[in-house]
Amino acid sequence: MSWAKIGAGCVLAWLATDAAMASATLQQSFLQPMGPVAAEQFTHLLRVVGITMVVILPVLVGVPFILWRYRYARPRGDYTPQWEFSKPLEYALWGVPVLVVIVLASWLWYSTQKLDPYKPVGPESLRVQAIGLDWKWVFIYPEEGIATVDELAVPVGRPVEITLTTDTVMQSLLIAPLTGQIYAMPGMTTKLNFSATRPGEAEGENTQFNGSGFGRQKFTVRALAPADYASWVARGRSGLVLDENSYAMLRRQTVLADARGDLGLDKRAEPIVMTLGQRDIFRQIVAKYHQPGGASAGGRWGGTGLPQTGTTGASE
Amino acid sequence: MSGGTSPIFGNLDWNVTPYTDLLRDVNSSTIVGAGAASVLVLGGIATLLLFSWMRWWGPLYRNWLTSPDAKKIGIMYIALALVMLARGIIEGFVMRAHQATALGTLAQPEGGLVAPDHFAQLFSTHGTIMIFFVAMPLLIGLINFVLPQQLGARDMAFPVLNQVSLGLTAAGAGLIMISLLVGQFGTGGWTMYPPYTGKIFSPGEGVDYWLWAILISGMGSTLTGMNFAVTIFKERAPGMHFMRMPLFCWTSLCVAIMLIYAMPALTVSSAMLALDRYADFHFFTNDAGGNMMNYANIFWMFGHPEVYILILPAFGVFSEISSTFSGKRLYGYTSLVIASMSIAVISFTVWLHHFFTMGQSAGVNIAFGIATMIIGIPTGVKIYDWMATMWRGRVRITTPIVYLTGFFLLFVIGGLSGIILANPSIDYQVHNSTFLVAHFHNVIIPGVLYGMLAGIHYWFPKAFGFRLSETWGRRTAYLFVGGFVFTFMPLYVLGLMGMPRRSPTFQNPDFMPWMYIAAFGGVLMLCALASLTWTFWTSYRNRAALAVPGGDPWNGSTLEWSTPAPVPEWTFPCIPQVTARNEWGERKRAGDPWQAPAEYTDIEMPANTAHGLLIAIAAFALGFAMVWHIWWLAILSLLAIPGMVALRGMRVIEPTIIPAAEVEQADRRFRQQIASLTPVTRADEETERNRGVPDISEFAG
Repeated sequence: MSWAKIGAGCVLAWLATDAAMASATLQQSFLQPMGPVAAEQFTHLLRVVGITMVVILPVLVGVPFILWRYRYARPRGDYTPQWEFSKPLEYALWGVPVLVVIVLASWLWYSTQKLDPYKPVGPESLRVQAIGLDWKWVFIYPEEGIATVDELAVPVGRPVEITLTTDTVMQSLLIAPLTGQIYAMPGMTTKLNFSATRPGEAEGENTQFNGSGFGRQKFTVRALAPADYASWVARGRSGLVLDENSYAMLRRQTVLADARGDLGLDKRAEPIVMTLGQRDIFRQIVAKYHQPGGASAGGRWGGTGLPQTGTTGASE
Repeated sequence: MSGGTSPIFGNLDWNVTPYTDLLRDVNSSTIVGAGAASVLVLGGIATLLLFSWMRWWGPLYRNWLTSPDAKKIGIMYIALALVMLARGIIEGFVMRAHQATALGTLAQPEGGLVAPDHFAQLFSTHGTIMIFFVAMPLLIGLINFVLPQQLGARDMAFPVLNQVSLGLTAAGAGLIMISLLVGQFGTGGWTMYPPYTGKIFSPGEGVDYWLWAILISGMGSTLTGMNFAVTIFKERAPGMHFMRMPLFCWTSLCVAIMLIYAMPALTVSSAMLALDRYADFHFFTNDAGGNMMNYANIFWMFGHPEVYILILPAFGVFSEISSTFSGKRLYGYTSLVIASMSIAVISFTVWLHHFFTMGQSAGVNIAFGIATMIIGIPTGVKIYDWMATMWRGRVRITTPIVYLTGFFLLFVIGGLSGIILANPSIDYQVHNSTFLVAHFHNVIIPGVLYGMLAGIHYWFPKAFGFRLSETWGRRTAYLFVGGFVFTFMPLYVLGLMGMPRRSPTFQNPDFMPWMYIAAFGGVLMLCALASLTWTFWTSYRNRAALAVPGGDPWNGSTLEWSTPAPVPEWTFPCIPQVTARNEWGERKRAGDPWQAPAEYTDIEMPANTAHGLLIAIAAFALGFAMVWHIWWLAILSLLAIPGMVALRGMRVIEPTIIPAAEVEQADRRFRQQIASLTPVTRADEETERNRGVPDISEFAG
């Protein structure tokens, strides 16, 4: 078993270094964790692989051995054609997998409790609200009064709690080096809790297919030292304002570069940092799917349904 | 789809074919689309010409399309599945080729072989085809062919219903095929999660094609499940107690029960989505009280048992071949029965692991995660039981054993990744990634596909009277093993590196080496498909040399090997009296197993009927009409189906009687042939000396 663990560890470690060599691109894997949640997930992966090897290695070794030893062409060993039952063997065949599953199940229980994404990882979490759009993410920092498109900056060392929803179809937000994914759905909220332990940049993404721009719905995640984070926030309090008008433009089915075009910026794939024009944007967006009266009714912040491109109107 | 809905043609017009797309804009994506449509059209024309030239229409209609014989229905299911398999593998290759050219940047529009929307249609049809129109017809076909023969029955309990089930499956497959030429397919993947697949975000015919293909073929599968269950409960030969049934019959029973309980969930979720799309219901919409989570919940109540519906018949095949080709009794029969039944039951308690990341509490995830691990126990026991079956045997490395070996070595890796995914804490990371894609291909290809191909190779002589070429059979098996390893092992790596599934483009250049390896695997898969086709062709050409009229080419121990090859319509000249598990083996042990029955009687067989064919045509018309909003045709075909059922119900239908003299003559000829053929030992099994009469002194298991 220990050999198995070492073997599995080697393979995964090789994968990890392979991905780490890739300096040109943003980190996209939990095999190089930037925070405690992803680190624990990686550890648990190694643990599960190691324990499961107890039941898998006998097959990987046994099958070639049996085929070689008992092949019809040049058999060795006994031939017992009528042997069909052995009580001790039955105990082993059922017992070993049962024991392995008991061990695995205990670890599963422990790690699922520990890594529950709803559980804060520490006190005084930084609160961020994420809104999934086609095909970009809007992040709102209600306390800082800023909002970004496709950029999530977090201070190293401080716990973060993201509350998620979408204003379109179902999506799933994953920041692999920091934490796992969770679905985001219109009219509903989900949560992710995590923290970063070292500065660095990572790539976040939507993993739930939502149309032709899906492959480009990536965002930049920056884990910044507290001082850098403060200056990043200060830089954000200027320029564009996120209000119903600009939000309706963001809500169109566009990727980041095209959305920048709609907002009058140059069409690069650079994140947009905006001043928050209205405090309760996130609440409004969740609430609009709970109003009676169908899509034509008024008071639906930013509109519902499939937005028409080319118009700045709020609703479909 | 410009303009309004025509009262006659619905939403159909001349702008819905890939050729109009090609005329509008010539690029690699539209060329691939038009090329695929052309393959369909040219293939159709070639088939029409061939059948007309060979004057096959009459025999096709009389001997096959109107036959209620379960054996022929089984063969037709498998033929349908192999045609769809060809399309599925080619689509898989196009996707691998696309992703190998899809490296892009965030700023530039998506590049690569096909457009993002085309890519999305490819993964949606690929998944739908492989699950519903390859795996399902393969296993249903194999069960149809084998189950009655193993039980000592002449046919299914409801032969005409069986025909209807095949017809409904074929109608669904037809809808998927026609979507290549007429209109677009949906882009929501094989699961078609709303609200993305709702009317607002996916207008047009795409999702409707999926819905009607699933609704129609799903109905067929439900009826099949009932047919299998009643057949096993009521049609066993006298003395065939439950605990004497071959393992394949046991897994068929599990499949039957699971089909009955699981398929309706799919019908319900699809019908609700159809109501959302056609009648403005709000089951799964974003607002007006809809809740998309219900769709995932109901869909996977079907979806997870479905996985085990697919795998259990393959487990049945592996039980049969591991014993036969080791010249040894199956180890742990009772264990295997208990394990199969446990899998069938537990499979209904794990569905939530398909959406661990939907936001429910840790407690719920823990319960379903542990249930998922528990199902690994009986699965593991089965694998050890087959190893114990081969242990101290005399194993012939035939094609089925090559598949079995591939299954052993690869399936446990799929099991490992399954255990990994069963941990919610890790699933949060690799859910929706190519790791998941690699996992389910890793259980479905080595499990289901290898199992079914092994089964086809094993029972082929029983159906057609000649063996398949062992050389080409093994080559095909090696190619499918190699193709799997090269295509899907890289996807594990890519998933751990953070690549989402269904990505039409990606920006990480480190993915590229793995993409190239996977694309090479795709090429191997294409070669495997070609090799499979060649195996059938070359064996057909050498059918005289490969003929096994004795009917028992592998020295088997179950009842189906007691009859001639090809097996006659009535299967058994008189229904066998079963006295033991491995009845045929026991008769070999007792000496002279080929004794003629004492007397022959008239045999009643169900009469041929076009009932199933007509219902299939009406069902296809209904689906097509609903997809294109051709309301008059939809109403007409919807009324036609119950009308035909009622009409048949009111008629007196006489069975076909095969006179005792005819049975006696054929059976005596078979017995004489057995006596005149030279028995062969297992050493000569693969040679032309194997005429289907084994040396029974060698039978020991």
